[in-house]
Amino acid sequence: MEFLSYLISGISLGSVYAIIALGYTMVYGIAKMLNFAHGDVIMIGGYISFCAMSYLNFPGWLALILAMVVCTALGVVIEGLAYRPLREATSLAVLITAIGVSYFLQNSALLIWGATPKVFSPIVEGTQNIGGLSVSNISLLTMAACIVIMVVLTLFTSKTKMGKAMRACSEDKGAAQLMGINVNRTISTTFAIGSALAAVAGVLMCSAYPTLMPTTGSMPGIKAFTAAVFGGIGSIPGAFLGGILLGIIEALAKAYLSTQLSNSIVFAVLIIVLLVRPAGLLGKYVPEKV
Amino acid sequence: MNKLNNMKKSTKVDFATYLGVIIAFIVITVLMNNGTLGRKQVGLLVPACCYVVMAVSLNLTVGILGELSLGHAGFMSVGAFSGVIAAMSLAEAIPFEPLRLAIAMVAGAVCAGIAGVIVGVPVLRLRGDYLAIVTLAFGEIIKDLINCLIVGHDSEGLHIIFNFKGLKTVDDLGLLPGGNVIIKGAQGATGTDTIASFTAGVVLILITLFVVLNLIHSRTGRAVMAIRDNRIAAESVGINITKYKLIAFVTSATLAGAAGALYGLNYSSLQATKFNFNTSILVLVFVVLGGLGNIWGSIVAAIVLYVLPEALRSVADLRMLVYAIVLILVMLATNSPKMKAVLSRVIPRKKGDEVNE
Repeated sequence: MEFLSYLISGISLGSVYAIIALGYTMVYGIAKMLNFAHGDVIMIGGYISFCAMSYLNFPGWLALILAMVVCTALGVVIEGLAYRPLREATSLAVLITAIGVSYFLQNSALLIWGATPKVFSPIVEGTQNIGGLSVSNISLLTMAACIVIMVVLTLFTSKTKMGKAMRACSEDKGAAQLMGINVNRTISTTFAIGSALAAVAGVLMCSAYPTLMPTTGSMPGIKAFTAAVFGGIGSIPGAFLGGILLGIIEALAKAYLSTQLSNSIVFAVLIIVLLVRPAGLLGKYVPEKV
Repeated sequence: MNKLNNMKKSTKVDFATYLGVIIAFIVITVLMNNGTLGRKQVGLLVPACCYVVMAVSLNLTVGILGELSLGHAGFMSVGAFSGVIAAMSLAEAIPFEPLRLAIAMVAGAVCAGIAGVIVGVPVLRLRGDYLAIVTLAFGEIIKDLINCLIVGHDSEGLHIIFNFKGLKTVDDLGLLPGGNVIIKGAQGATGTDTIASFTAGVVLILITLFVVLNLIHSRTGRAVMAIRDNRIAAESVGINITKYKLIAFVTSATLAGAAGALYGLNYSSLQATKFNFNTSILVLVFVVLGGLGNIWGSIVAAIVLYVLPEALRSVADLRMLVYAIVLILVMLATNSPKMKAVLSRVIPRKKGDEVNE
């Protein structure tokens, strides 16, 4: 019974990681860049919904939508101003720019909202009793949201025109452009989707762990990136699987092994997996051509 | 003069780098003795030296070996804490501070080198972003492990316990009366003798430069750069990929360890969380802004970017924001094709530069 409750808290935490990782993996798959600012978009999403709920008295769902709208706009603006001019630059240059954007967002948040942690009130309250286990509504909502997002994203990328354009861009940008795909708009859309997902993750995460600081997003951002790599970066089911597994490993490690070393155990598992499967669990191994 | 003209361009640049460091050292020492530099500025000198060494050593991994490492601070951390342990436990045996500092730095370097081998062997099998994430993971693991360490020293020698569950305290060390605790788990090293000096920092920079520059210009260095430029071609002409990658990686880790020891002995208290992911990123920023593979660029970038936020303290709240904006703008200015075109119109280029494009 105890094990089951740890498992459920792990899946719930993993669902948050998975939602973030889905955004990470979409952006990586198409723009081929590690967007280190992704974690900070989560934090901004958290703050926006916090402000909407506590200053404007918005209901939870409206705050969530507002956060999504703001983060989507933020994602598109960041992409347009900071990443688009570097489309042809080396990946390291883009990485450093992303780090710059991450510092920028963190310090803007520090200036606007201050360093004192804000206490976030969950968007849904209460618990459900399922077979003798009490599971909080927010956990259930997170898990449901994660599955819905995963399914919708998979359908989106495989069925819609824009989704196909995204896959084409991720395969070969030059060829996609020759086929009449607007590469810049496709990448912008990807960033918009990724940032909206980050906002959802931010609100859900802050509802489950209700402290909000300018650095709130950085560790989940790194973990979600780890999850995306774990599952095979660029793959949507991979990000989902990686996120859930990471959450479960972290929760169980915290419960049974060591609280202090739970992060280390997560990272150690990642290292072992990558050594056995260098492209992640569901990643495609692409042999090098000479 | 004739001899100077006959030297290769790279040799000239190297000599200029050494000379620049020595001149900077002399100027700063004079300014220090004059009293022109305040206490605050003097306090920045040793950390600045450490970051210079960190940047130069990371440049060896990122610029020369061409592998992105996001866990360089982990090696600095290993060096810092082993250096502190060495210095504190030898406090009675070797009262002469510079010698003790040197031994501590060597101890830090050796421990970080061993950590480099342990990390390098699995990590260097991977490539690209996967390698980056695994170095990041190792950096975090090292930080967490050091956070669990409790170390004390008494007349019987070192006592080390590993606080895996977070239940043990300093009392579990069982120190004899007169013994002192060196590292207190998550509180880190406290009560360390601050024996680091600016002179030691400059000597360390010179040693680092000597090691790195000689490595780059040696047969080994050429092999490493061949691997960076084309791994498959290098392998097909018989270069042992793993061996040369490991040489570069471990050298880089060793130097970072020495820098860490110096850093650790500059502060009376030090926590392992200081050496987190953000510190690794900070050093990476130095390397990239200084120019990949460009050693003197790393030195200048490390000094400027370390001192800049401190100089901006007058606008305390805004300083990191300004730093972020400067970082983004510099990256855009140096890497965006449009900005490059604008820049090249403003600043006429030398003929030789065109070839490098």
